[in-house]
Amino acid sequence: MRFLFSAGDPLFDEAFDFMSMMTVVVLLKVVVAFVVLLVSVMLYIWGMRKWIADMQNRVGPANAGPAGVLQTLADGIKLFFKEQSIPDSADRPIFRLAPYLSILPAFLMFCVVPIGGEVEILGRKTYLQVAELPIGAMFILACSGIAVYGVMLAGWSSGSKYPLLGAVRASAQVLSYEAAFGLGMLAVLMRAGTLSTREIVNQQQWVGMESLVRDWFLLPAFLGFAIFILAAIAETNHPPFDFVEAEQELVGGFVTEYTGIRFAIFFLAEFMNIITMSAVATTLFLGGPSGPAIWPDRFGAGGWVNGTVVPVLWFVAKVLLLTFCTVWIRASLPRLRYDQLMALGWKWLIELAVLFVLYVIVDEVAQAEGWNRAIAIPLALVGGIAAYGVLYLCMPKRGETVEEFR
Amino acid sequence: MSDTTDTNATDADDVALEVDAGEVASATDNSNATQRLRGQTDEGAQKLTLSEKELVLTGAPWPEDDLGDTMLINMGPQHPSTHGVLRIMMELDAEEVVRAKPVIGYLHTGMEKTAEELTYVQGCTNVTRMDYASPLSNELVFCMAVEQLLDIEGPERAQWMRMMLCELNRISSHLLFQATNGMDIGAVSMMIYGWREREESLRLLEKITGLRMNHNFIRVGGTAADLPDGWQRDTLETLAKIERGVHEYDELLSENPIWKSRLLGLGIISTQECLDLSITGPILRSTGFAWDLRKAQPYLKYDEVDFDVVYTTNGDVYDRWRIRLEEIFESIKIVRQCVEMMPTGDYRTQDAKITPPPRARIDESMEALIHHFKLFTEGFKVPAGETYAALESPRGEIGCYMVSDGSAKPLRMHIRGPSFYNLQSMGPMVRNALVADAVAIVSSVDPIMGEVDR
Repeated sequence: MRFLFSAGDPLFDEAFDFMSMMTVVVLLKVVVAFVVLLVSVMLYIWGMRKWIADMQNRVGPANAGPAGVLQTLADGIKLFFKEQSIPDSADRPIFRLAPYLSILPAFLMFCVVPIGGEVEILGRKTYLQVAELPIGAMFILACSGIAVYGVMLAGWSSGSKYPLLGAVRASAQVLSYEAAFGLGMLAVLMRAGTLSTREIVNQQQWVGMESLVRDWFLLPAFLGFAIFILAAIAETNHPPFDFVEAEQELVGGFVTEYTGIRFAIFFLAEFMNIITMSAVATTLFLGGPSGPAIWPDRFGAGGWVNGTVVPVLWFVAKVLLLTFCTVWIRASLPRLRYDQLMALGWKWLIELAVLFVLYVIVDEVAQAEGWNRAIAIPLALVGGIAAYGVLYLCMPKRGETVEEFR
Repeated sequence: MSDTTDTNATDADDVALEVDAGEVASATDNSNATQRLRGQTDEGAQKLTLSEKELVLTGAPWPEDDLGDTMLINMGPQHPSTHGVLRIMMELDAEEVVRAKPVIGYLHTGMEKTAEELTYVQGCTNVTRMDYASPLSNELVFCMAVEQLLDIEGPERAQWMRMMLCELNRISSHLLFQATNGMDIGAVSMMIYGWREREESLRLLEKITGLRMNHNFIRVGGTAADLPDGWQRDTLETLAKIERGVHEYDELLSENPIWKSRLLGLGIISTQECLDLSITGPILRSTGFAWDLRKAQPYLKYDEVDFDVVYTTNGDVYDRWRIRLEEIFESIKIVRQCVEMMPTGDYRTQDAKITPPPRARIDESMEALIHHFKLFTEGFKVPAGETYAALESPRGEIGCYMVSDGSAKPLRMHIRGPSFYNLQSMGPMVRNALVADAVAIVSSVDPIMGEVDR
């Protein structure tokens, strides 16, 4: 039972008892996490529109609430009260189900992300994290994998051509980048030697400025970080990889036939995915909630300020930085073409990721065994490239059909 | 990448045309290379023209047995990137366009027929609405045709004013292209930037003509009004702003790897195909044929100003984008010269039969009142005959064919809208392209549907 729920969380140190405060704490954490995520999506959309507006010499939303901060809420309420139409040719149950399928993984993925340290809620010690799974990283991979179902089923069940094209693009795109995404993560998992997100964060704890280069996995897994970010942008269908809903090509892509709140849920899911991916990247590469304590002479190194509040602030700051980068990309880059995205994924990212994982493995083993890394790593890389060469020679040449090759 | 014929005003034509001849020869001789670039065989090319002819002429449904695994998809007339109400029927093999057929007529307003019901005085109001992105070219070509029939020529100042306005209009039209083209390729910020500078040029046009578009400012015999006070300062300030903005686009996109990988080598068309399909403007110039009516058969005062015809040799989408970008700089050059060299004098002809009297004269002169009344009721009579006037609009050769039977209304007026002809290039260019490329290609044609359907 303990394993099933949450191995590391001190909340479950006692025997599991359904009719206790334990349940209340768990439910509270779920609800708070969901609300926080919803509010942050609202703020993200507002921030995105404001930032892009600044980059484009515009004002952006300005009327709803102070500086237009309630614009997203107003849009949501409007969409909620709008008529929802379903095309005659649609597969109705799946058409209705699809929006929820796309929002669920975004939230589930967020559940395993550690936001802060240990806190006491209702007299019970627990982590600031909905669930601390021993297989957190696997869970993240699984969720990002099933996220495509929402998009794919929405496009397919719409019974219309543009959504269908969007759905086909979505499934191919997410499947292609899942491999690079996983391999990018693998570099960190190799370094950390664990799948638990809490454990990964603990290994990146802040001890001084040297943590930035030594303890955070940003530099030890630098290529993994780059690949992870690229793949995450592709997985979340974010510009410049937003082929699934490329307005100029596919009208609305998979959401073409959606109206009202279902339409809103898709966009909620999309932006929630961006925040969740930023949170995951923060956890894996940027040390999660770790960061220097603020004014330790006054508040102490632990305590409620530097033990509880400051880590959360660091986490939020890092997520904010990453989401700002996504907005920056959105505002400045033209869209790639679909086949170029595929070529990038299959021909570059996966190969690079495999080589990098190889490098990390050799590096880790060399450290453990006390080998000379200056010899081991080049040797391993040469071996890897030679293996690629052999594979390349075995492959059919450009323009050669499968029959000719055989 | 983009070459400009660096010529002086005096020997401009000769040099430009010499270069053309060489380029055309190489383009036609090297037909194998062209075919290879387009990735088609002779058979395919023939099939394309046949099927297009069949389908466009007969409007027949797509043959069922011919479809196989392909999918028919309808892009437009309501689609975010078809520039108004263009409709494209596309046959897709997965995402590859097998065939594409433009369907037009959704913006047909019968303006050519309407022109037969309007006097020559009212005509400008009608034609200015055709190519709504460059209305002044339409007005000018109409007025040039009528003036050819009347055998008059506006005063010097009017000629220079017309030239300046047309170039300002070319700038605003090309800025609109920069904006929409960026949008179509997913560079969302580019759209806003393009609009930002276009707003400046429209503001200047509004200051001079009184309206942002559909100006009705160029009239038979001259212009509707003189230039406003302080126009030199306003114009130069606006030009400086636009120049800064366009340099920004250059920095943002020219060397952008995504932009280049999307556009280079896409939608290639050869000089011969352009000539076969009567395609003019930036599309023709992108194939290495430096044909620009401003140089080839100078009208207004284009032979007195110094500017270059921008042309490139690849004939792809990137080149067409690049040409329009560079042409903005050339137009800025022309407008600067206009500001310097603008002569003083009348801005419209003093023939009282054509030009309405000033408002003040109506109160004191019986003749003025009669002329005014006659001009705005029955208009002026134009000698019988027919004529064709042509000039270089931002999109290519815009022409006006006019037949007069000696009355105050044209017997027949036909506008040769460059967008209509240029749109034909879309069919051959999008073959074997992906859907995303098709959007970029249609965008690079820069069709204005008001002009296509007239």
